[in-house]
Amino acid sequence: MTWQGLITMSLGAILIENFVLVRFLGICPFLGVSKKTDTALGMSMAVIFVMTAASAATWAVQEYILIPLGVEYMQTVAFILVIAALVQLVEMFLQKAVPALYKSLGIYLPLITTNCAVLGVAIINADNGGGFFESVLFAFLSGVGFAFALLLFSSIRQRLEFAEYPEAFEGFPIALVTAGLLALAFTGFTGLKIF
Amino acid sequence: MTIWYAVMALGGMGLALGLLLALASRLFAAEPDQRLEALGGVLPGVNCGGCGYAGCGMFAAALAAGEASVDGCPVGGADLTEKLCAILGVEMKKNTRLTVLVRCSGGARARDKFQYEGIGDCHASIRIGGGPKECPYGCIGLGSCVRACPFGAISVVDGVAVIDHERCTGCQACVGSCPKRIIVPVPYYADVNIACSSHDKGGTLRKVCDIGCLGCRICEKVCIHKAIYIEDNLAAIDFEKCTGCGDCAEKCPRKLIVDAKLDRGPRLMEG
Repeated sequence: MTWQGLITMSLGAILIENFVLVRFLGICPFLGVSKKTDTALGMSMAVIFVMTAASAATWAVQEYILIPLGVEYMQTVAFILVIAALVQLVEMFLQKAVPALYKSLGIYLPLITTNCAVLGVAIINADNGGGFFESVLFAFLSGVGFAFALLLFSSIRQRLEFAEYPEAFEGFPIALVTAGLLALAFTGFTGLKIF
Repeated sequence: MTIWYAVMALGGMGLALGLLLALASRLFAAEPDQRLEALGGVLPGVNCGGCGYAGCGMFAAALAAGEASVDGCPVGGADLTEKLCAILGVEMKKNTRLTVLVRCSGGARARDKFQYEGIGDCHASIRIGGGPKECPYGCIGLGSCVRACPFGAISVVDGVAVIDHERCTGCQACVGSCPKRIIVPVPYYADVNIACSSHDKGGTLRKVCDIGCLGCRICEKVCIHKAIYIEDNLAAIDFEKCTGCGDCAEKCPRKLIVDAKLDRGPRLMEG
């Protein structure tokens, strides 16, 4: 892969086709754990990790099991199965081997097992039909894009705590309005080209 | 035929992954801390947070790590401390049970400054001229502490909050809820306590309350152990010296000194 390709892919995954704000995947953690920046950071790290690991596993499943048997239509079920098992496995391993990391990822790791952003990246990869390295890289960059959006959003929400707005907007309504505006801003990246 | 492929593929994957996970759980099994389990078993499990930790589980972890004190749980009392000590293998300290005392006996006997008809809450009432009572120290009796108590141990009787010492676990949720700060933690096994908080001089106090401490020093004179003394017009007890003879309670002209022996039945002196 050339540098050009890499930059194009990063731009695509992080800005133009941002998982949360443009593709609208992974909205649940986006709204759920964006109240504080530090929890958002923990979630982001977990998402990047799980996305990367899951795409590696699902690539293998797609390439060596589903395609040879001609049952690609079982993608969704197979991927969920593999991702869930993988995360469980990783969690057990971390608990034993790297307790510090296990603690810092905490509840977020099992939480995102069945997140649509994670499944989404696996299915997008399968549809694109790219190579192993490409798929994993794309997944990692998508995770970074998710982290970027989540951190942006959480810092906005933290500042919103002290802002004055009508009482009716308190809590989720203002968060949803903010998310909408943020998504609108991200649509500005559509059609962005460097090369 | 393809349906069999699908079944085989998914079934096979499920089976393989299941086996893998089963194997991994054996391989990576974190040996559960025996002590932690035992500690969790004896803790009350109400997760009240009275110990300062986020729940009984966190408290147990802190105990096992040696960060928390064995008498940290306000709910379990002495029995629990004993059990925890047995599990952790440490020496038990006695007389650690706490209860709280409302240091006011005024209520209906303390005169009103005005008739308060606002929100039925102590904090709301003190916004108006420091509250409806003439005595600036006393209990307002609007029951902020009653609502703060998670164990239903407080009730307002004759305009003054009263603690049910058997129900009280010493969690001190009420201590912070009192705007006058007259609910204080006291040792459960303390034998005498002063049920007044007024630092006013006798003459001033006499005008606003029929029962408050005048600072007459009768208790100070009657106590042969020099455990009770008047400080800033109010009696105070040195629990180190007090033997619980109850002479002061008997002689107090205002009957302000609560004799715990009368209140709680036979004295449970330990250590």
